[in-house]
Amino acid sequence: MPELIETPIHPAAGPWDLPEFVSEDQLPSRQGDRVIQYREALREAMAEEMRRDKRVYLIGEEVAQYNGAYKISQGMLEEFGPKRIIDSPISESGFAGMSIAAAMYGLRPIVEFMSWSFSLVAADPILNNAAKMLYMSGGQWGCPIVFRGNDGAGGQLGSTHSWCVEGLFANVPGMKMVIPSCPYDAKGLLKTAIRDPDPVFFLESERMLGDRAHVPAEEYYIPFGQAAKLREGDACTLVSFGRPVNFCLEAARRLAEDGIECDVLDMRTIRPLDIESIAASVQRTGRVVVVDQSWPFGSVASEVMAQVCEHCFDWLDAPPARVNTADVPTPYAKGLEQAYLPNPDRIVAAVENIVQG
Amino acid sequence: MPRRTVYEASIEYMQILDEHGNLDEKLAKDTLSDDDVVYMYEHMVTCRQLDEIAFKLQRSGRMGTYPQNKGQEAAAIGSGFAAKKGEDWLVPCYRENAALYMHGLPMHYILLHWMGDERGNQIPDGVNITPISIPIGTHMLHAVGIAWAMKLRKEPRVVLTYFGDGSTSEGDFHEAMNFASVFQTPTVFICQNNQWAISTPRESQMNSETVAQKALAYGMPTCQIDGNDIFAAYKATKEATDRARAGGGPSFIEMVTYRLGDHTTADDARRYRDQAEVDAWKEKDPIIRTRLYLESRGLWDDDRQIKLQDRAKTIVSEVVKAAEDIEKPGTDDFFDHMFAVLPEHLIRQRDTLRTSSIGQNPEQAGLRATPARV
Repeated sequence: MPELIETPIHPAAGPWDLPEFVSEDQLPSRQGDRVIQYREALREAMAEEMRRDKRVYLIGEEVAQYNGAYKISQGMLEEFGPKRIIDSPISESGFAGMSIAAAMYGLRPIVEFMSWSFSLVAADPILNNAAKMLYMSGGQWGCPIVFRGNDGAGGQLGSTHSWCVEGLFANVPGMKMVIPSCPYDAKGLLKTAIRDPDPVFFLESERMLGDRAHVPAEEYYIPFGQAAKLREGDACTLVSFGRPVNFCLEAARRLAEDGIECDVLDMRTIRPLDIESIAASVQRTGRVVVVDQSWPFGSVASEVMAQVCEHCFDWLDAPPARVNTADVPTPYAKGLEQAYLPNPDRIVAAVENIVQG
Repeated sequence: MPRRTVYEASIEYMQILDEHGNLDEKLAKDTLSDDDVVYMYEHMVTCRQLDEIAFKLQRSGRMGTYPQNKGQEAAAIGSGFAAKKGEDWLVPCYRENAALYMHGLPMHYILLHWMGDERGNQIPDGVNITPISIPIGTHMLHAVGIAWAMKLRKEPRVVLTYFGDGSTSEGDFHEAMNFASVFQTPTVFICQNNQWAISTPRESQMNSETVAQKALAYGMPTCQIDGNDIFAAYKATKEATDRARAGGGPSFIEMVTYRLGDHTTADDARRYRDQAEVDAWKEKDPIIRTRLYLESRGLWDDDRQIKLQDRAKTIVSEVVKAAEDIEKPGTDDFFDHMFAVLPEHLIRQRDTLRTSSIGQNPEQAGLRATPARV
């Protein structure tokens, strides 16, 4: 049993317990030899925050005894016990809805959807309650909650289990949406999400859970709404978020061999959107390709392009372009699934088209 | 023995005060004192007055939509009276004004809510009520979540949640019941079975004999009571809250009542239900029987009734004035509570009062960007 919790029950009233943010260049180095997996970075973020704040708990299907369907919560039951690492009945609307109320009542839930695809049956609580609670209670009931899980196509999971919910959910005001592209960001952004006073939708990728990279052992917090510039160039701006950022980097490396140098921007958060950094880059390069692993119609890529047009119209030397998936349900067959998703080849082709065209 | 019964159950029905004002003394023992009944009766009459006036406010264009509570006051008052004020929490839907009022919610907040002012949902400190919830069934999960948080916080409190017969068809209802049962949360589920979900009668809503039996599937103590009887409503709820407070987990109570009015002001129930049915239920009106009971005890007379009605009119007209006198919300207000800290793009939208693309950039709109309001 956790210790008695005596903090105020209305988290909207504060204190919010925000971390101290430092500028990007003061964050711990991205270079180093402490190489761990993306899933371990997520675990580290949760465990560190749970150690410092007894109000934080993790709930979801298979998160405790089974160590998580994707082993993200491995060992956490042992450390934190069954009152804080909670196996839920198969009932997404149920554990999302009740955790929203637990957040209103002063706890800090982390709700794991095994896949964001399964959040669709919890759409009412997460969109109608979590995102609107502060507004509809006239500022009285805050909802500091993190919903997290795998987003996007995995390895042949079929169309019903391969949802990219960002296009669908980003339309709803009142929540924040985070989608890290690498282990370093996964840790720093998830820690910020857990400390955030508002509801956060945290989108991971099943395809990246095994990605390995240096992650600092110390605690650090990456602020929301700050895109990361991962590569500099003046021919074109590549903007992306989540897994396809890695495809953009690969594409940029290949384009550089042909003398086409690109800016590569990782949005990191979709809401808030760092349009200032994107606009500053596009105003310098005059060209932009937005890469988004969800469907094109009404997508995050559409929104970025619309805002680029508003902010950079006079600077554009070519029509903004985007690389999305095909506008069809995610195919199950292996070859078709790969052809459906954005990939470095398609990004290279899109850049070449607007740079040379 | 290849076949045997592995589970048997029955549902108990309880009525203590019948529609003629007769009391079952034995069942009523140790429930409500004379003073309690007078207090509850006065609340019911005052809330009935609020209900009538709110309906008229809507009809005269001074309120958006309003769902009448008429006929269901006993279920709300009787159950609400079992809740400890300032301790226990109510997680309501939208047809239990009397419980909210008695639990400490200033009456004009209810009107503000239906007038479309979110300040009506800024429940004062110490009044343990969540905002009125309109989506059907979602709030029952909140009742379970709050109760569960209380349990983790080791607070000896109970959550009472209200919902109608129709909402027990929702998946969220079953998920809430299952969680409450598995996690043994201190939650009391109060179903106001008012026979109609808008135009859908109870028998088209479910093929169960009772609503109460749905709780059997979740291993939860459950019963059905006469929902127009303040004694039964109080007694059943008190037993449930006592059990929950003692760590005995959740309970379910089906309160059989009737929606004497329309579903909301956007509805006209005459189109789908017989007047004879409505008339028969008017005979069972909780206010009538409570008054008969009080008169039989020598606690009430015409003089007191006239004084109460005058007082109720005064209270409600003051409440209407309080709600209408508050400065109307402006467009700035709908940005205020979007996030704990208002982000830049919303500050721009607020300051230009435009949501068109050009309005998102004050410089383009010919306006200077104003600094963030903290």
